Amino acid sequence: MTQYIPILIAVVLCGLLATLMTSASRLLGPSKHTPVKDEPFECGNPSSGSAWGRFSVKFYLAAILFIVFDVEVVFLYPWARIFRQLGFFGFIEMLVFIGILTVGLVYIIKKGALEAV
Amino acid sequence: MDRIDLLIDVVLVLMVIGMVMNLGGLLLWVERKASAILQDRIGANRASILGKLPINLGIVNTLVADPIKLFTKEDFIPPGADKLLHTLAPIVAVVPALITMLVVPFGDIIVIGGREIELQAARLDVGILYILAMVSLGVYGIVLAGWSSNNRWALLGGIRASAQMISYEIAMGLALIGAVLTYGTMDLQEIARAQSGMLFGVLPNWGIFYQPLAFLIFLTAGIAESKRAPFDLPEAEPELISGYFTEYSGAKQAVFMLVDFLESIIVAGLITTLFFGGWQVPLLDRTGIQFPWGGGIPLPSLVVTLMQVGAFTGKVFFFCWLQIMIRWTLPRFRYDQLMILGWKILLPAALLNVLITALAVLISESLK
Repeated sequence: MTQYIPILIAVVLCGLLATLMTSASRLLGPSKHTPVKDEPFECGNPSSGSAWGRFSVKFYLAAILFIVFDVEVVFLYPWARIFRQLGFFGFIEMLVFIGILTVGLVYIIKKGALEAV
Repeated sequence: MDRIDLLIDVVLVLMVIGMVMNLGGLLLWVERKASAILQDRIGANRASILGKLPINLGIVNTLVADPIKLFTKEDFIPPGADKLLHTLAPIVAVVPALITMLVVPFGDIIVIGGREIELQAARLDVGILYILAMVSLGVYGIVLAGWSSNNRWALLGGIRASAQMISYEIAMGLALIGAVLTYGTMDLQEIARAQSGMLFGVLPNWGIFYQPLAFLIFLTAGIAESKRAPFDLPEAEPELISGYFTEYSGAKQAVFMLVDFLESIIVAGLITTLFFGGWQVPLLDRTGIQFPWGGGIPLPSLVVTLMQVGAFTGKVFFFCWLQIMIRWTLPRFRYDQLMILGWKILLPAALLNVLITALAVLISESLK
């Protein structure tokens, strides 16, 4: 576990540094509120209400597809690390695995899941 | 693990973070100047003291005047925003970006007082996985910033950024698998060591000659990850003001700008380490310069170390510069073009690269 000590040090240090940096304006800068300034910035038009509403389902689809293929990538890492020991058998195994996921990729492309919103 | 080890860790961590922060600040200036040169303007060339005395000190102006200006601006939190998340988002964005470079080696071993010190802040067996993990964490800061602002532009920018970053992360991860296959390790110092010597006696033994396709995929995906043009849809000025950080001002906005530059530095550092020999200098080994036709020039170890660190820094500079040049040369993609490039071109190409590399490794192993 001693490998990770530098990372712990860095996380604490960078956390402090980032807090200091982001609070610099609060400490050094002015603070003045006006009604116009307090509106959400929508290019000068009067705001049409809160932004926390619904947005296109396409973005959820991208997220779900990401999970499927990212898990694939995660599985490939240990395989790549010990590929020399696995030899030809490992190659065929991974060919089958990648093949199945490629069928999935072709399916989502044909289905139009990645078309413009 | 005694006190001296801990001290060495702290010093190395400070060195890497200091280097990354300073390079980030420097790139801000390089970017402004490079864009000015490309667009046939002079660019930022003077600052004034209290609006009276214009001074021209070149680089110092931008490096000193810009942060002072940004840090003394008003820290504005819109009343409609989620105050906690709005404050937290820049911190969440910048911390992973700052600590990613810890696993990237910037030199070989240096010997001080009989102690061998690796010039790498954190030597992890799973260095490449650590980098992917930190790059993924970067998405959170962006999404939190976009959502918590309660502004339509910010929300759209945040969603676009997350869709873009997760789409290109897959291609990025698959491109790195090619490198893992080639070297059989995920430790970045080992990968840098494996690139010593010469190839066919003329070329440096760098990863680019084994993984040219992975390099192109990684460079493209890396630029997309750092949200730079031509992939700057999340902060497309004509469409979204400045995207997810529209409602940020002062130091917090400066932090988001810094994150962009830090991500460029990370991409440059990784390209250097994986594909361009890291700290390796052609013909140089631990004892000095060795010529392939025999003979050589012996050098003291300190000089060798300095040359290696210098080579690493120079290569990182070069790839940062390349990214800035690409940014100011190419126009922005449309959202659907972005998705097509990521899912229909880069992903299959990266899968193909993995298979070809695996096949090549198999053949080279059976020939041994």
